[in-house]
Amino acid sequence: MAKQTKFTKDQYIKWYESMLLMRKFEEKCGQLYIQQKFGGFCHLYIGQEAVVAGTVSGSKKGDKHITAYRDHVHPIGLGMHPKYVMAELYGKSTGCSKGKGGSMHMFSKELNFMGGHGIVGAQIPMGAGIAFGDMYKGNDNVTFCSFGDGAARQGALHETFNMAMVWKIPVVFIIENNNYAMGTSVARTTNVTDMSKIGDSYEMPSESVDGMSVESVHDAIKRASDHCRKGEGPYLLDIRTYRYKGHSMSDPQKYRTKEEVSEWKSKDPLEKVLSAIQDKKYATEKQLEEIKQRVKGLVEEAVTFAEESPFPEASELYKDVYVEENYPFVTD
Amino acid sequence: MRVIQFRDALNEAMNEEMRRDENVYLMGEEVAEYNGAYKVSQGMLDEFGPRRVIDTPIAELGFAGIAVGSAMNGLRPIVEFMTWNFAILAADQIINSAAKMLQMSGGQFNVPIVFRGGNGTAGQLGATHSQSFEAFYAHVPGLKVITPSNPYDAKGLLKAAIRDDNPVVFLESERMYGEKGEVPEGEYVLPIGKANIRRQGSDCTIVSFGKIIKIAEEAAETLAKEGINVEIIDLRTIRPWDEECVINSVKKTNRLLIVEESWPVASIASEITYRVQREAFDYLDAPIKRLTQSDTPFAFSPTLIEEALPHPKDVFDAVKSLMYR
Repeated sequence: MAKQTKFTKDQYIKWYESMLLMRKFEEKCGQLYIQQKFGGFCHLYIGQEAVVAGTVSGSKKGDKHITAYRDHVHPIGLGMHPKYVMAELYGKSTGCSKGKGGSMHMFSKELNFMGGHGIVGAQIPMGAGIAFGDMYKGNDNVTFCSFGDGAARQGALHETFNMAMVWKIPVVFIIENNNYAMGTSVARTTNVTDMSKIGDSYEMPSESVDGMSVESVHDAIKRASDHCRKGEGPYLLDIRTYRYKGHSMSDPQKYRTKEEVSEWKSKDPLEKVLSAIQDKKYATEKQLEEIKQRVKGLVEEAVTFAEESPFPEASELYKDVYVEENYPFVTD
Repeated sequence: MRVIQFRDALNEAMNEEMRRDENVYLMGEEVAEYNGAYKVSQGMLDEFGPRRVIDTPIAELGFAGIAVGSAMNGLRPIVEFMTWNFAILAADQIINSAAKMLQMSGGQFNVPIVFRGGNGTAGQLGATHSQSFEAFYAHVPGLKVITPSNPYDAKGLLKAAIRDDNPVVFLESERMYGEKGEVPEGEYVLPIGKANIRRQGSDCTIVSFGKIIKIAEEAAETLAKEGINVEIIDLRTIRPWDEECVINSVKKTNRLLIVEESWPVASIASEITYRVQREAFDYLDAPIKRLTQSDTPFAFSPTLIEEALPHPKDVFDAVKSLMYR
């Protein structure tokens, strides 16, 4: 693994605040879901925060982001106020997809967040296509296309990796490798458990990355996106991370041991950033407390906003299906 | 007026739209160096270069998804499927991604894309290569579905499809690419959602679309000799289909026959029948009839093909029975 670069105090503080917000937001989502405040699925990102935080800090304005259904915190990491994500979870008209997408389909055109996608692996070709769009236009934007270790088994990956290499598409493929496709471990679905090797048969440059270290993720994202920006084609990152919670809220987690979970928790990415800040004396305890309070306030604001926002009007059912407003829907 | 082939009409539509809008590009198997498996993209690589006319590997799901992603990022792709049978592999991207993106994103990301290629039966190709997909795709909100039946319509409708800001499924036919028809010089665009009355008549309405409409036209000549004047409506667009045109015609003729190349169950004919009984029940002088392909996979042997598809004689008989003659 390459030597880590030095990061500024500001960068560490940003990471900490952003990752703490992701964690606290998702913890709150879990509580609200159990209280049946909203329905649908609920896939939490707790434990994996360094992947989004390092991807965002390692990318630049103009870059695009697309991911799977575990997507609550991607827009938050990119700068969206969490209230729009919470309102979307509640199915409210103020949500980031107007209450029409829900947990698995967060979107923000403003932040170049091209979704939240519910069909496992469908975002792999779409991600390459978004990058193809920027390549076609001749700019140096890169697309970061995230998917889980489970999605990597879809045929769409093979087709997309092949074309991305042939056409030198500027896309960074990110495997958010948390080792479990729902309850099925990587080892039970493949003979090749080192997922960075998936790139080999396409001669796609690839590497494995410590996903519990935001610094490592950031550096890898930089290396990969520099490669893309130079016109040298796609890059694969096998980012090894861990989700502390179940696949979804209904997961009894019989496929893994308590010891395994606690071992990964001992490498907690948020704790690591906090320790770094404390070791380097980048913030006083008072300043850290202020961050915690700010995050707490944002999460509370998000819940209040979601609770108080209106549901979509019935007439919204027939809007946003076609671009034109006078499409002749069949209504009986 | 000049007469050109169906494939050339499509070719002109794509060329004109690509000259008009830099964001329009073509991708698919064999579209560039081979000039198209059915020569629809003849000469396009020479004019537009490999950046805009792109040969793909055999990977329908992958390149359809790449096209959808590029459309989310401001491009206007034309995706050629060698035939729609192969596009079943890409159905996830057509149905789950393209058709739903605008709604799922709360109106933020539209997908201006045309999926086009050969559709329907084309002789002795066996069951997997002989399917018509109008009903499959017309079922899906978010898509528009177009089936042209002649070169003039093909050009005007394909131009409209490329300019449309929604995903459009454009169904051609291997059997029609070589057929000739009158196409004026210069640009024109036909409206999506408008049917065309191909033949005026007062005794019975026949609704059809795509290449099978020819059997209705052939039968119409024979029927005319017996003093029966049928009105033939070419739907042109399958979703949204032109209800007003069909209903008005049925109110005039009081009889309806629907001729469709695909299977009977949950067909376009079924949907038209429902709508007509809702809107024009009191005008009907006979139960609505339909002629479709047999309710079986399309077999290989010529005798079985003969048996599976309706013929002009079937149209003739059906209209006669609707007329109680």
